[in-house]
Amino acid sequence: MDVNEIKSQFPIFSKKINGKPLVYLDSSNSSQKPLSVINRLNDFYRNEFSNIGRSIHSLAVNATNKFEETRTSVKNFINAKFNEEIIFTKNATEAINLIATTFGQQNIKEGDEIIISELEHHSNYVPWHFLREIKKAVIKFAPINEDGDIIIEKLKELITPKTKIIAITHLSNVTGTIVPIKEIVEIAHKKKIPVLVDGCQSVPHIKVDVTDLDCDFYAFSGHKVYGPTGVGILYAKKKWLEKLPPFIGGGAMISEVKKDNIIYAPLPEKYEAGTMPTAEVITFNESIKFMKSIGIDSLIEHEKEITNYALEKLKKINSVKIIGNPKNKAGVIAFTIKGIHPHDIATILDEDGVAIRAGHHCCQIFHEKMNLTATARASIGVYNTKDDIDILCKAIENCRKIFDLK
Amino acid sequence: MDLKQLYQDIILEHGKSPRNLGKCEGYSHEAKGYNPLCGDKVHVYIKLNSEKKVEGLTFEGEGCAISLASASIMTELVKGKSFDEAMDIMNAFLNMIKNTSEIQSKHLDEDQKTKLMSLSGVKQFPMRVKCATLSWHTLVSALEKKKEEVNTEKVD
Repeated sequence: MDVNEIKSQFPIFSKKINGKPLVYLDSSNSSQKPLSVINRLNDFYRNEFSNIGRSIHSLAVNATNKFEETRTSVKNFINAKFNEEIIFTKNATEAINLIATTFGQQNIKEGDEIIISELEHHSNYVPWHFLREIKKAVIKFAPINEDGDIIIEKLKELITPKTKIIAITHLSNVTGTIVPIKEIVEIAHKKKIPVLVDGCQSVPHIKVDVTDLDCDFYAFSGHKVYGPTGVGILYAKKKWLEKLPPFIGGGAMISEVKKDNIIYAPLPEKYEAGTMPTAEVITFNESIKFMKSIGIDSLIEHEKEITNYALEKLKKINSVKIIGNPKNKAGVIAFTIKGIHPHDIATILDEDGVAIRAGHHCCQIFHEKMNLTATARASIGVYNTKDDIDILCKAIENCRKIFDLK
Repeated sequence: MDLKQLYQDIILEHGKSPRNLGKCEGYSHEAKGYNPLCGDKVHVYIKLNSEKKVEGLTFEGEGCAISLASASIMTELVKGKSFDEAMDIMNAFLNMIKNTSEIQSKHLDEDQKTKLMSLSGVKQFPMRVKCATLSWHTLVSALEKKKEEVNTEKVD
């Protein structure tokens, strides 16, 4: 894989930030977009725009076909069995809310238990908290160890006859921990408990095969996979989508409406009410093409190389502490510098054109567990180079100089 | 944008060794402040005497250099002032951060004004303004004996 060639596909890297070349290390937050994706969105609006669904005219037929082509691409990309197992939402958060709400409505009653982990992003905690409030459900947290790995034995111990669902991340957006989902699904399924996986960080960076994982639900967002904002994806096994009630009501999700009765549309429309982010979903197909053009194996290998290089270099800088040391780690590196608050780090790095994130990264449970208020986070994307890491480290040295650290 | 203007020596020094840290003895007023964007917290303690003068002013908290320095400088400048004077200084501070770069308050001498103006560079960094204002909003909340925690997302 030629990283410079790949980087050249992203127009943003020809821009200067504070007079410096952009070093973008915030892909866990959202990735930059290749020209093919940007052009597709523009092209669709210029030459092909129509809403999808009911209209008979040529533009509508074309748009509907293109929309469905993305669904097929997504299905193949994550190896789902059926097109109707792929539901488009506005983001991964909405996808998780869809399941928490509809599954909760149907299957959760007072005292029932939901297991999540201490690694979860707020988007895989707050929707379940709603069930704690509304249904008086109980949320249990599978603990993590110092390294940032979920302690599987402890997770097992949390399961009781009242456990109704396990919702867990595939890849931590703080420590980069790759969670052994297949093992967790096997444990859960032995007790007939369904598993929802938050795949926001995994789909852009590791191989995801939902059939192999055998999870019941898998949520991710398009904008982290080099795609446009406004596209979330929910994969759910057909048996669940057929059984669960609808989520949002309105046009397109019905097949017949009478004064005394409404019949809902079949899958996948049942879960896609109202006008969808048509242009964005159609554009997302280009993102999948982009991912495929690189090949997931080359992408993994490249990001691993850059991550290892970054870890090695960061560890050599005095007073830098890497948070977590998981068994399997992807390109997400949270760190602290003794004596400098993460927000000061982020501001100073920005002056050198280095974009990182500082704060709790929507993971307050994790930070509390680790006795931290905030961390700085550098996250790797397909376009990052060893040069980027060198510039990051130089900028960190500059931080230390400003703060007069020895 | 100029980093040197943001991280002046006086800010770095106060950030590293904040003054008046802890609970002041016999405090009569207190309030907590929280910045949900970064998780920074501050807890302000005030001892007002019978003439409504700030006899003691301290804080506890964690945060970035800007927020710690701002809180530290605040405790130095507001101590010894009356309730009304304290409010005037705080308004002058907020005006400096948001509008002018000058400090307009007759309750501060030139040295004190210079000290406070070291925080004016924050204006160029919109994402960091709330770091500087958190402790001041919390001070007002304590003086006014408001019960609700100050939240930087809910104040200007």
